[in-house]
Amino acid sequence: MSLDYKNDGARMEELITEVLTAYPEKFSKRRKKHLNVAKGTEEMGDEGRPLTECDVKSNIKSVPGVMTIRGCAYAGSKGVVWGPIKDMVHISHGPVGCGQYSWSQRRNYYIGKTGIDTFVTMQFTSDFQERDIVFGGDKKLEKVIDEINGLFPLARGISIQSECPIGLIGDDIEAVSKKKAKESGKTIVPVRCEGFRGVSQSLGHHLANDAVRDWVFDNKGAATQTDLSGFVASPYDVNVIGDYNIGGDAWASRILLEEIGLRVVGNWSGDATLAEIERAPKAKLNLIHCYRSMNYICRHMEEKYGVAWMEYNFFGPSQIEASLRKIAKHFGPAIEEKAETVIAKYKPLVDAVKAKYAPRLTGKKVMLYVGGLRPRHVITAYEDLGMEIVGTGYEFAHGDDYQRTGHYVKEGTLIYDDVTGYELEKFIEKIRPDLVGSGIKEKYPVQKMGIPFRQMHSWDYSGPYHGYDGFAIFARDMDLAINNPVWGLMKAPWKKSEPAPTLAAAE
Amino acid sequence: MAKLRQIAFYGKGGIGKSTTSQNTLAALVEMDQKILIVGCDPKADSTRLILNTKLQDTVLHLAAEAGSVEDLELEQVMKIGYKGIKCTESGGPEPGVGCAGRGVITAINFLEENGAYDDVDYVSYDVLGDVVCGGFAMPIRENKAQEIYIVMSGEMMALYAANNIAKGILKYAHSGGVRLGGLICNERQTDKELELAEELASRLGCKLIHFVPRDNIVQHAELRRMTVIEYAPESKQAGEYRELARKIHENSGKGVIPTPITMEELEQMLLDFGIMKTEEQQLADLQAKEAAKAAAAH
Repeated sequence: MSLDYKNDGARMEELITEVLTAYPEKFSKRRKKHLNVAKGTEEMGDEGRPLTECDVKSNIKSVPGVMTIRGCAYAGSKGVVWGPIKDMVHISHGPVGCGQYSWSQRRNYYIGKTGIDTFVTMQFTSDFQERDIVFGGDKKLEKVIDEINGLFPLARGISIQSECPIGLIGDDIEAVSKKKAKESGKTIVPVRCEGFRGVSQSLGHHLANDAVRDWVFDNKGAATQTDLSGFVASPYDVNVIGDYNIGGDAWASRILLEEIGLRVVGNWSGDATLAEIERAPKAKLNLIHCYRSMNYICRHMEEKYGVAWMEYNFFGPSQIEASLRKIAKHFGPAIEEKAETVIAKYKPLVDAVKAKYAPRLTGKKVMLYVGGLRPRHVITAYEDLGMEIVGTGYEFAHGDDYQRTGHYVKEGTLIYDDVTGYELEKFIEKIRPDLVGSGIKEKYPVQKMGIPFRQMHSWDYSGPYHGYDGFAIFARDMDLAINNPVWGLMKAPWKKSEPAPTLAAAE
Repeated sequence: MAKLRQIAFYGKGGIGKSTTSQNTLAALVEMDQKILIVGCDPKADSTRLILNTKLQDTVLHLAAEAGSVEDLELEQVMKIGYKGIKCTESGGPEPGVGCAGRGVITAINFLEENGAYDDVDYVSYDVLGDVVCGGFAMPIRENKAQEIYIVMSGEMMALYAANNIAKGILKYAHSGGVRLGGLICNERQTDKELELAEELASRLGCKLIHFVPRDNIVQHAELRRMTVIEYAPESKQAGEYRELARKIHENSGKGVIPTPITMEELEQMLLDFGIMKTEEQQLADLQAKEAAKAAAAH
């Protein structure tokens, strides 16, 4: 079912050595541990394809002085996990910058009347001034909460996303939360996601998961929660966990799950309501897409509420099919049968997409550098179109992510963890792939090298990419990027020959 | 006009920094020096003897009321006290909230930017007992106080604190120009106090600037919110403060880079002076005490 190819592992090893020579010895040694080439193994994965080993050191502090592409704990909590919960107000608690510059960056689509009953694209901040630092910000926080409750009575709750100063001056946001929850009856969630904590946004995900556990499930603030007595459980209730509905991803996924006969009772946290979070433990199965950002709460729900969890992948038809079958198996023959029907139903669409785009994309080489899931999850979607992955890496993955990566990448693939701006540019320059998929910071330097690029965090303002519908859009977008005639115009017409453009990286 | 001298008083909490500094400054003003006091303690008690008031309105409280420090005028925060001494207090939050250290930084920057330092001969910082964070080290960092006077006594904790402050000065001595002016011993009538103070000064490589004897007249003056200089100008104690002021005035440019000692050295020194007992001694004393207690109970 998947493409069979190998990358030139020996050349990749050379590349790593070449790139590392620019560093001082001590630093070169440190960075070497984060770079690797996927090795072949004898083991076979579930899908009957050989596993590779792509171990690198990960989830440790970036070295000061390099251009890391990572974010901070606040970004992980506010930007990723809590931000998309649509009927809550999320306060960026601290000076104005963190909130301002993270405003509406994740394209978490949602349905609702913004400013009335939903608030995702709005930005709330306590706008700390010097006096709030000196005298403490708790009084101001109380006032902000009161104002929010007055101005937006339909907000179901409030989360407090701590910026760095909150932890430095020791504000007691938990006490404020409890007090205000008691006064208003609403759920108020303090999150200690100060940016200086941890090594990347990954800790923010974890802290945000813990806050869900403590302040929603365990209701530490003793808020008046949604009355779930009317909730009639069905044997087919599932939660989709770790789908943030970027460009509508969760919607494109949900229809498939519903078509195979499941009932999606919660989507975390794209287009989510607080009630969906509250009732999640009542589901039968947690389907986890972004493992990195939400595995914590799934493990907790399994332990405390006995809700099983399962990872799945809705990027590209091969993975969608495999995932639908795996999910259906959990629910028995009736659902399995429906899953086959659904797979058959979408077959013509998949074939049409492949027929149109594969000839234009086959053999094209791709390098990826994304966050904590997509560097492996999107690989098969590219391969479904005949494209090959030559290098991939994560900003903030942990060891278990690299283990999982072995199920996806082919032997000889270049692996880079928490890659520095310099390393990534050099790798791209030397490999010269046909497409790079990464973030906004990487986009323009890569395009200036004359190499097509797609943003793989925000889908470059397109999407959805999940599900069968998403695959059609994904294929079109990759074709748009790679086969754009502009790439034929990189050479000045009066120059006979010119080497491929490079960026003058510091060497 | 002579070059501006910036001095600071540091020392363990409760040692008498504010009393000593205000009396010294009151004596300095008699020597025709123009003085600005910058109180760097959220308690805001560095100027009360000069102003004869309970507590002065602080920069930070006025700023909080007005909105921010940018909304303040210098006149609002600077009061004129005894013989024209200019008084300011940084102020800060109530205990247990916010960041007092940041408050000190904010207040000092405000005073500097708004010309509080113009037309004075002396700026004197009176800093909260323990240098708990970077904010309270502000006066000893670059371009602030050049001479630090450590107020201490013969008590063990005061000696510890003095040595720690010397460490802080050493840290900034090479990046900025801060020097240790010397020790001022505020008599507590402990054993061999003068000798101990002289010994510590020699270990730190500095002078014992003055040994200020204990005198109840200080308390009488304080209860009236006055310095001794103002309350009893002819008293012997007023003479002591004048002497201290004269020595500080003559100490210009004679500060040193201190040579703080290790914890072990300090403890050995205290053992030598009999201030501190070894653990064996302490244990023996404790056992003797308990034995005596047991005997008395029978």
